[in-house]
Amino acid sequence: MGKQTPLYDKHIVMGAKMVDFGGWDMPLRYGSQIEEHHQVRNDAGMFDVSHMSVVDFTGSDTRQFLRKVFANNVDRLTTSGKALYTCMLKPNGTILDDLIVYFMDENWFRVVFNASTHDKDLAWVKEHAKPFNMEIIEPPNMAMIAVQGPNARAKVGAVFDEPVRSEIAALAPFTAAHFGDLFISRTGYTGEDGFEIILPASQVNDVWRSLYGEGVKPIGLGARDSLRLEAGMNLYGSDMDETTSPLESGLGWTVAWEPEGRDFIGRSALEKIRSEGPTHKLVGLILEGKGVLRNHQKVTVKGQDGGEITSGGFSPTLGKSIAFARVIKDISGTCKVEVRGQQMVATVVKLPFVRNGKSVQ
Amino acid sequence: MSNVPAELKYTKSHEWIAVDGDTATVGITDHAQDLLGDMVFIELPDVGTSFEKGDDCAVVESVKAASDVYSPLSGEVIEVNEALADNPEAVNNEPYVSWLFKIKMSDASQLDDMLDANTYSGVAADDSH
Repeated sequence: MGKQTPLYDKHIVMGAKMVDFGGWDMPLRYGSQIEEHHQVRNDAGMFDVSHMSVVDFTGSDTRQFLRKVFANNVDRLTTSGKALYTCMLKPNGTILDDLIVYFMDENWFRVVFNASTHDKDLAWVKEHAKPFNMEIIEPPNMAMIAVQGPNARAKVGAVFDEPVRSEIAALAPFTAAHFGDLFISRTGYTGEDGFEIILPASQVNDVWRSLYGEGVKPIGLGARDSLRLEAGMNLYGSDMDETTSPLESGLGWTVAWEPEGRDFIGRSALEKIRSEGPTHKLVGLILEGKGVLRNHQKVTVKGQDGGEITSGGFSPTLGKSIAFARVIKDISGTCKVEVRGQQMVATVVKLPFVRNGKSVQ
Repeated sequence: MSNVPAELKYTKSHEWIAVDGDTATVGITDHAQDLLGDMVFIELPDVGTSFEKGDDCAVVESVKAASDVYSPLSGEVIEVNEALADNPEAVNNEPYVSWLFKIKMSDASQLDDMLDANTYSGVAADDSH
């Protein structure tokens, strides 16, 4: 049996099929995964993401430390509450984790790491923090709910009293604010509008129940995966890991090369890859025929093999199978994917597949 | 608990069989569709093809995985449920109405190897743990 979030009993009562995810027992789906997907695209759904790692970095050297350990530059964060997506790299330029960092004040940055990478992330930042005047704190007994969909903002507002209701309604995209015990950010992993709410475990069941009362339906990890895939968002461990750099993972845009003097971990290795030109890149694929693209299927471009699907599945919005694939750099047009022993044609497309509920393909 | 109609026969690989004379109608069980999740694509055999008992003869592909369907009996495919091509979720909604294919049996004695509803319920229950 894996670790359980504070909402575990709710999931069981709601009839969820549970699945192991990074050592946690998490809901895969409550009923139809495709209906859950459409629920988020068309209305609002909620995800238990309490397995994710919330870590606070506090103290006067925090900004200086984060400038060193993150490939994106926290100096882009100047307004309280502003969030930044970044990778944390090893010296060889490969990816330890991807994360969101929130700037609250000069003595407090909050980071949300992935669940499965918790232990190595904490060991890494603690090791590199030694020369800095700062503390790394994991707030105990926390829970986290993501509420996503075109009606998410209105429905989240309805479960809180004033003045919190008005203040969260005014939150700009990719911004967070805290209200006593509540930490609410206008972020997510679906390509829809919505919030992620970090709160004490003792309050999470009440908030979950209130949201359900507003018609926000529970959504499992199955739909979470098809939603993020349509939205063109990477999954750590599938689309990138400690063997790949951001430049081969569609994440070059998250690397802050300027100013040149910022010597973040992994910089010199990344500069070498950039000057030589990365050999591979991550692209989107749409399968033309009937079938479903799955992780690790082989991709061939102009007779050259060596490509691989990193995340594949069925897109309920497009009604077709879609995937991310890591392929040789000069791909365009179409490629072939080995699907259950057959070579099937797939079209190479720009990401994302879906934006604000609509196909952009 | 999944639905296991008493009048049907079953296999350990989660196919159901309805017998009418020398024709066997084949589908997948409620338990099987529940395990696989939402169906997105169903590949059926060609009419006129002959299969031996245990041959893989169809594919049901869900959001989760592709799964082979095995012919429970030897014989010739005489009809397939073409409506499923545009409506694969019918297998989720009505697994015992949404048959996949019909076989003209070449050896009716193979029916003796099929499981009855009681026995199959046990197989499905064990499989859920």
